[in-house]
Amino acid sequence: MHIPDGYLSPATCAVTFAAVLPFWYVALKKVDRQLNTRMVPLLAVFSAFSFVIMMFNLPLPGGTTGHAAGLAIAAIVLGPWAGMLAISIALLIQAVFFGDGGISTLAANCLNMGVIGVGVAYLVYRLVAGRAALASPRRVVAAALAGYVAINVAALATAIEFGVQPIWFSAPDGTPLYAPYPLAIAIPAMMIGHLGVAGLAEAAISAGLVAWLQRSDPALLRASAPGASEVTDAVEATPAPGWSGARRLWATLALLMVLTPAGLVATGVAWGEWGSADFADPGMREEIALASGGQMPPEQVPSGLDALASLWNSPIPDYEVPFLPGGAGYVLSAMLGTGLVILFWLAAAWLVGRTRGQQA
Amino acid sequence: MAEQSFLPHRHRRRGFLERLTGDLLAVMEHALLAERLATRPGLLQRFDPRVRLVAMLVLIGATVAAGQLAAVYGLLALAVVLAALSRIPVALLARGVWLGVLLFTGILALPALFLVPGEAVARLPVLGWPVSAQGLASAAFLVGRALAAASFAALLILSTPWPHLLKAMQVLGLPTVLVVILGMTYRYIFLLLNTAQGLFAGRQSRQVGRLPGRAQRRLVASGAGLLLSGSMRLADEVFLAMQSRGYRGRHHSLVDFRMARPDWAALAVLAAAVALALAY
Repeated sequence: MHIPDGYLSPATCAVTFAAVLPFWYVALKKVDRQLNTRMVPLLAVFSAFSFVIMMFNLPLPGGTTGHAAGLAIAAIVLGPWAGMLAISIALLIQAVFFGDGGISTLAANCLNMGVIGVGVAYLVYRLVAGRAALASPRRVVAAALAGYVAINVAALATAIEFGVQPIWFSAPDGTPLYAPYPLAIAIPAMMIGHLGVAGLAEAAISAGLVAWLQRSDPALLRASAPGASEVTDAVEATPAPGWSGARRLWATLALLMVLTPAGLVATGVAWGEWGSADFADPGMREEIALASGGQMPPEQVPSGLDALASLWNSPIPDYEVPFLPGGAGYVLSAMLGTGLVILFWLAAAWLVGRTRGQQA
Repeated sequence: MAEQSFLPHRHRRRGFLERLTGDLLAVMEHALLAERLATRPGLLQRFDPRVRLVAMLVLIGATVAAGQLAAVYGLLALAVVLAALSRIPVALLARGVWLGVLLFTGILALPALFLVPGEAVARLPVLGWPVSAQGLASAAFLVGRALAAASFAALLILSTPWPHLLKAMQVLGLPTVLVVILGMTYRYIFLLLNTAQGLFAGRQSRQVGRLPGRAQRRLVASGAGLLLSGSMRLADEVFLAMQSRGYRGRHHSLVDFRMARPDWAALAVLAAAVALALAY
């Protein structure tokens, strides 16, 4: 992820510097306004922490190890602007003092990890965590997702910067002057490692740290949790007066069920949802051709489709219940389907609770 | 694959705790070595830190911008000459910088020999894959640039103590507040590295046998959490200590640089070299 010197052209380095500069400026102004004289020690110590955390090698399932980058942790504990600065400062020291990442590519590294990585981590964390209590397990899941998505988006940005080099910066005889691999190679090469290893390391350290902070120092989770209460799940589970989050969800679900017959208004056939009988029906054949850009379906039913068609017969085919009018059949199907999904999750939750109880 | 770095990755260690504490120790060892070398007398050390910083940045810029392979490798040779004249052991440069570059960039550049389309100049024995001239040149560019730029970056830090380098950064327009933060960050890195190293070394000393993967991950996460909690408390204490000593948000530096005749001469040589490079 740390791009060394020589991989990016001077023009790319200049563009990334121009792109990252406004973020640094705004971040410095915002953080200075928020923290004033407290900014210097806080950023210094947190940047030092970010640097040290980047040295941690995390063992992953399967025997491999991955380095954490601490992007999500910076976003969660400090918020996006101070987090951006802390990661950039840690990257600067890494580049100048320890050769992790180049000096000419420092702005690109800060853009990928500091700005994009921390920004994405903050957005994902806020989006997934919502207004959950500080001690809620949802925050642990949100931190894991934030870390995983942030590191992968940052890796994608890095891969794109690598991949455009041979397109724009090659000698007249076709020799790539910088990173030699085009987008088609750079993107999969970067993403496989990050989707499989680095992303998991970042997810594990982010989730582990948030879980630890929930138990030991929940106040540190406050910066990225406006509106969240510090109550535990047990307290939160008691029914609150008024419209709680769960009640709103139930109401939305009911509304969606009632609205299911709206699908009947749509005309034509859903592409790819054809039965074997549809191939013999001239009207349906016309509709299939219309939905397939004028391509007529084969005369005969494909043998595989024909063989598998009778494997399972739906108890309510096409959401139509024989003794009910069309629209009501849709609503009944929606209720049945939703009920089955809820039953499945209740059973799964009961099983998980039982297993945990046995472990304890 | 480990990333390109001046820090050695000692993969011979078997346990994960040994590896973790070893990596943390390697950072401290590198920093101590850099500080010791930076105080030795030598060619680079004689110049004003501002001149050193500007010169190394110009040389890194030239390495990245050079369009000819001869220029890239000529700059690498210049880095070796500068190291020798500055009493920075070339063997250290080779072990600490080039080995890391070759292990990372060298391996990364290898497939380019076959993947970059162009005129075939050789074939890989047994497999018969064609090696293109363009692929060969692009790999040579990538490795040469990475070697030369990393050498100049290493020369800068091995010839300049960190506080001097920070002060010199102000010449480039870096705000004073950032220079102060960078200076403090550098100091606290060692405090936190020491704490983390002590934490994991303590755990390692009480450890018999191997920990399962899940327990290892929990150990790293709780170690990081403890460090984070401690860091935030430390930030509060440092702030109070700064306030009690009269800190009101204004920053001053105790180091004062003066440009001498050799500094101006070095700048003139550098400017002439840049002008020549731009002309050709």
